[in-house]
Amino acid sequence: MTKQLAAVLGTGQTHHRAKRTDVSMPGLLREAIDRAMADAQVGWDDIEAVVLGKAPDLFEGVMMPELFLADALGANGKPLLRVHTAGSVGGSTALVATSLIQSGVHRRVLTVAFEKQSESNAMWGLSILPPFQMPVGAGAGGYFAPHVRSYIRRSGAPEHIGAIVAAKDRRNGALNPYAHLRQTDITVESVQASQMLWDPIRYDETCPSSDGACAMVLGDEASGDAVPGGAAWVHSTAMRTEPTTFAGRDQVNPQAGRDAAAALWHEAGITDPLSEVDVAEIYVPFSWFEPMWLENLGFTAEGEGWKVTEAGDTAIGGRLPVNPSGGVLSSNPIGASGMLRFSEAAKQVMGRAGDYQVDGARLALGHAYGGGSQYFSMWVVGSHKP
Amino acid sequence: MPEVAVAGFAQAPNVRETAGTTNGVEMLVPILAEVFAATGLSKQDIGFWCSGSSDYLAGRAFSFIAAVDAIGAFPPIHESHVEMDAAWALYEAWLKIRTGEVDTALVYGFGKASAGQLRRVLALQLDPYVLAPLWPDSLSLAGLQARLGLEAGLWSEKDLAEVAARARADATDNPAAQLSGRVDVAELLDTPYVADPLRTHDIAPVTDGAAVLVLASAERARDLVDRPAILTGVEHRVDSPVLGARDLTRSPSTEAAARALDLDGVELAELHAPFTHQELILRRALGLNGDVRISPSGGALTGNPMFSAGLARIGEAAARIHRGEAGKTLAHATSGPVLQQNLLAVLEAR
Repeated sequence: MTKQLAAVLGTGQTHHRAKRTDVSMPGLLREAIDRAMADAQVGWDDIEAVVLGKAPDLFEGVMMPELFLADALGANGKPLLRVHTAGSVGGSTALVATSLIQSGVHRRVLTVAFEKQSESNAMWGLSILPPFQMPVGAGAGGYFAPHVRSYIRRSGAPEHIGAIVAAKDRRNGALNPYAHLRQTDITVESVQASQMLWDPIRYDETCPSSDGACAMVLGDEASGDAVPGGAAWVHSTAMRTEPTTFAGRDQVNPQAGRDAAAALWHEAGITDPLSEVDVAEIYVPFSWFEPMWLENLGFTAEGEGWKVTEAGDTAIGGRLPVNPSGGVLSSNPIGASGMLRFSEAAKQVMGRAGDYQVDGARLALGHAYGGGSQYFSMWVVGSHKP
Repeated sequence: MPEVAVAGFAQAPNVRETAGTTNGVEMLVPILAEVFAATGLSKQDIGFWCSGSSDYLAGRAFSFIAAVDAIGAFPPIHESHVEMDAAWALYEAWLKIRTGEVDTALVYGFGKASAGQLRRVLALQLDPYVLAPLWPDSLSLAGLQARLGLEAGLWSEKDLAEVAARARADATDNPAAQLSGRVDVAELLDTPYVADPLRTHDIAPVTDGAAVLVLASAERARDLVDRPAILTGVEHRVDSPVLGARDLTRSPSTEAAARALDLDGVELAELHAPFTHQELILRRALGLNGDVRISPSGGALTGNPMFSAGLARIGEAAARIHRGEAGKTLAHATSGPVLQQNLLAVLEAR
């Protein structure tokens, strides 16, 4: 391997809301970028390249928005890349930016991901029916609900597990000043009393639709060494893809996710993720995906993920705090949601997570998935060099 | 850092309209088979996959997901996608091999421009708050750019027609080209304007197409092809989107990318110029002298498959090295309105 070391030098994100009518798209991006650059203590001259990610262009009605955003991104005269890998895109974008450093091509790179969903109607954007493809026409919740039912049947999980996750993530979100939903008083009982949307998924177990952006400044070893208080060092990265539908595909526990996790832990030298990883930011847009992804990622054996959740091990202060920031259940600007997971993992190992800081976090997972549970991207970051 | 080489290239016929579905991924299946046959590789041998395409061309969200079906269902692949011309997917794959994480990569691009009205679709690349609502279409914007050059004395309408005639003549040797043949410059100048001062021959035809390219570490590439085309430099830059903020008769991003590369001794240059006057802008930005052969494939003026035309320029430049016809070549890709974003790749036989 000739890979160079890469590190997160600083992170920034917007306040997430259903409608950010106070800012344009460039304004939204700059809110996150300016915070990330201030956090990293760098100026525009320090940035050598920009990598932008977001989910479908139809969400904002702009074809290849990186082109018109080049000015706001400070990218004029520099290399600018645009990544799109469905809902995992925020994570993939961070990984492409990381490879600009790891390949030795650049020393400092700005990466940013966003979605301004209020510019259009996301359900419309996702509901176009192309010929020769299986129509879903049920929105994301309708697509994933059968997978959740299948998981419950296969694992024998009791029905309150989803509510435990929702109550935990929303209370965590209340500790995060940038979160869209901040529900201090939410309980397992109140989640269970909320409207059933797509059986067994209830209203309070679904992610919101948010406007928001997330940015990070990444750097090489020398830049990482210079970060006061310590950078977040990239220990390993992984991306895997499989098609949406084919005979024999396991949509509850997809092979692409398992393969990505295996590659990730192997590169990071981790043999027992549950005891070695201190905190995990996992892409959980519907509450039941916490136990499902705990299994898919190899934190537990198949069918055992819900037991870790039920025992309270995934709460802040537990064995493996999952989504201390509030996660996707508290803020979901789709294109940025994956990068938020990656940057929140970095904030934890840098000791910059404020009221939801996990004590002694030294190794953290950032995870994202997209499409019909078919695109996976993830990284492990640490407070120490790999 | 390991050196990276182009080890294989295939492209679909550049046609006015395919009969396939709106995303056009059907065009990928035969050309994936073609590069696998030529290199002896199979799906399982590919360390990293990266593609370039556009949802807006297909008129639907997540159009690129269908392309994974063209690769085959299982096992899962190590994959990424850029919503740009696949030349930028090549850049991402080039980085991946340079990190040492993988030693092969397959890059592909595809687009069915005939699925919509291309000149109007491309208007949606403009600033959505102040410019796109006026619907300036891509041909009109190129017309403004051509007019600025005419009035500055940088070229004449005859210069532009000569570019078109040369491109079509060169394309007679390219079985993938959409347009080819001998044409008379005087006759071209007798045809009506489409977007004054541009005529039909000044404008790349609407084209459906796809391209596939295999990258490998230089060491691995020697097992796959007799004369690998080593990528000795890849650079790209973007310019301001504000049309009034830059001199449209120049291409500062191309100039900056060229400054970071060694272009001495380049024998031929495959330029992604969808308009005749843009070839002249690029030649000046690159400082190419008269000895450098320009777009011997016929270039984008004889077939401009959206989102794979840039990648195909790199493939054409590499194929000349594979076939022993050149020792050092240059390839160029563009993206965005009036040459906003530009990528250069230098390829060498070693």
